[in-house]
Amino acid sequence: MIKNILNLGDAALYCDFGSDVNQEINSNVIKYFYHIKKLNLKGITNLTPSYNKLIISYDLNIHSFLSLKKKIENIEIKENNKLEKNLIEIPVCCDNDFALDIERVENKLKLKSEIILEKFFSKNYFCYMTGFVAGMPFLGDLDQEMRLKRLETPRVKVPKGSVGITEQFCNIYSFETPGGWNILGNTPQNIFDSSNQSNPNLVNPGDTIKFYRITLDQYNEIKR
Amino acid sequence: MKSKDRNYFKILRAGINTTYQDLGRNNLYHIGIPFSGAMDKRNFQLLNSLLQNDYNSPVIEFAYQGPHLKYFGKDIFFCISGNVSFKIITKEGVIDGNSYQCYFLKNGDEVDIRSTNKSVYGYFSINGTFRVDYYWGSCSINTQAQIGPNNGNKFSRDLEIEIIDINNSFNKRKLDYFGSTIENIRVIKGTNYDYFSESSQNKFFKESFKITKLSDRMGMRLEGPKIENIVDPNIKSEGLVKGVIQITSAGDPIIMLSDHGTIGGYPKIATVISADYDRLVQLTPGSNIKFKDVSLEDAETLYKLYQMETNNLISQIK
Repeated sequence: MIKNILNLGDAALYCDFGSDVNQEINSNVIKYFYHIKKLNLKGITNLTPSYNKLIISYDLNIHSFLSLKKKIENIEIKENNKLEKNLIEIPVCCDNDFALDIERVENKLKLKSEIILEKFFSKNYFCYMTGFVAGMPFLGDLDQEMRLKRLETPRVKVPKGSVGITEQFCNIYSFETPGGWNILGNTPQNIFDSSNQSNPNLVNPGDTIKFYRITLDQYNEIKR
Repeated sequence: MKSKDRNYFKILRAGINTTYQDLGRNNLYHIGIPFSGAMDKRNFQLLNSLLQNDYNSPVIEFAYQGPHLKYFGKDIFFCISGNVSFKIITKEGVIDGNSYQCYFLKNGDEVDIRSTNKSVYGYFSINGTFRVDYYWGSCSINTQAQIGPNNGNKFSRDLEIEIIDINNSFNKRKLDYFGSTIENIRVIKGTNYDYFSESSQNKFFKESFKITKLSDRMGMRLEGPKIENIVDPNIKSEGLVKGVIQITSAGDPIIMLSDHGTIGGYPKIATVISADYDRLVQLTPGSNIKFKDVSLEDAETLYKLYQMETNNLISQIK
């Protein structure tokens, strides 16, 4: 399933699963990720799964590129290896104060805001990967008519909890960070909890997300 | 514990980006948490060796200007690594300290860490252990994700740095070392090297780049000839590693450092070799650097040599 293994610098393997972004390729990445993680190989310092790549960082004192590459190439993953999937429901409030880009999205997609939100909430989303900042999930796929580009000028600060869309993807800003996604709402739910060291992320790669809409009163109630 | 039994430093001035650091945390990229850890690992290792501490003991890292500390408690030794100017203030007077030498402190003495010289990071520690909390096996403070002791924040004025253990069988030692600097940063070509025009590829290795002020523990932004992308200014977002050099849509290089975002969507032109990382992070804004292309095999050998050099320095501590 890995097409090719290159080096990324002198301390990481760059495993290429293809160039397309779809759930089939991504599921393969995630299967490899969980499998290698379970092997608990000495000297592996990080595994980073993404849409169609898996980066394996290693300790140069323990591995060289060629020896580790051979080890990874020899890993066999059974086709029927099922991915563990959780369904996670996440409340989102789309009140005016939170839907920072709803007007822009209306103009770009040429759809009324109520239609946009109805479409957004009617689907389940697959978690391709988490990261950039701690806990941020990259979810997909949006319907064709819901796809648009990032903001021309990214925001310096996107509020924590913001739910955004771009291209075929949506995400949740687990922290206040710079960012350029089109913001449709905000969740009061904590996406990353550093006090839960065994499972700090609300959403993990392979999970399914169902967003549901809440009122401002309900938002404030959960926040409290 | 009675207050007179406590051993601690009170922070009179916090300095810039002063945090606890150790070797960092592993195997968390997949949830979005970077390695963190001391930026300059060699100076981190030298400091713990000089103080005869465990190799992964917490130290205090600062950038450009360090903290001004007042000590309360039993007699203790401290040491500073990096190219650092500092003063030791006691009842007998004020003396200038030297890096890589251990100094004695009594109750009421002060250490004023004035500045790093022609470098960015310096390290402070004691012959003992600071009271820190561990998050995923590391006490490194990641201010971006607010992970680590002090609620994941950098130090502030009036904070008290608690000491839980003092090593009484400590021997005062020193190292004659003046640091090591480089001008050429050696890199390995990146996975998107062919995204850039041939003339830009040449410029990347022939011309010099200036380190801008937009540099911190997360990344280092460079300024120089624009690097022209002839394929696509974005790639499908994928994992990043320490030292990887991305080219932004504006054509400027940005080097990922220890607290970097774990995923990115800019093409990767090259990656700094592991052997040059410690010296890269010590280059100050305004410095000019040139990139030099090396092979993977050479990079692996250069890293072994660099580690041997560090071990050699440790063996020279007397």
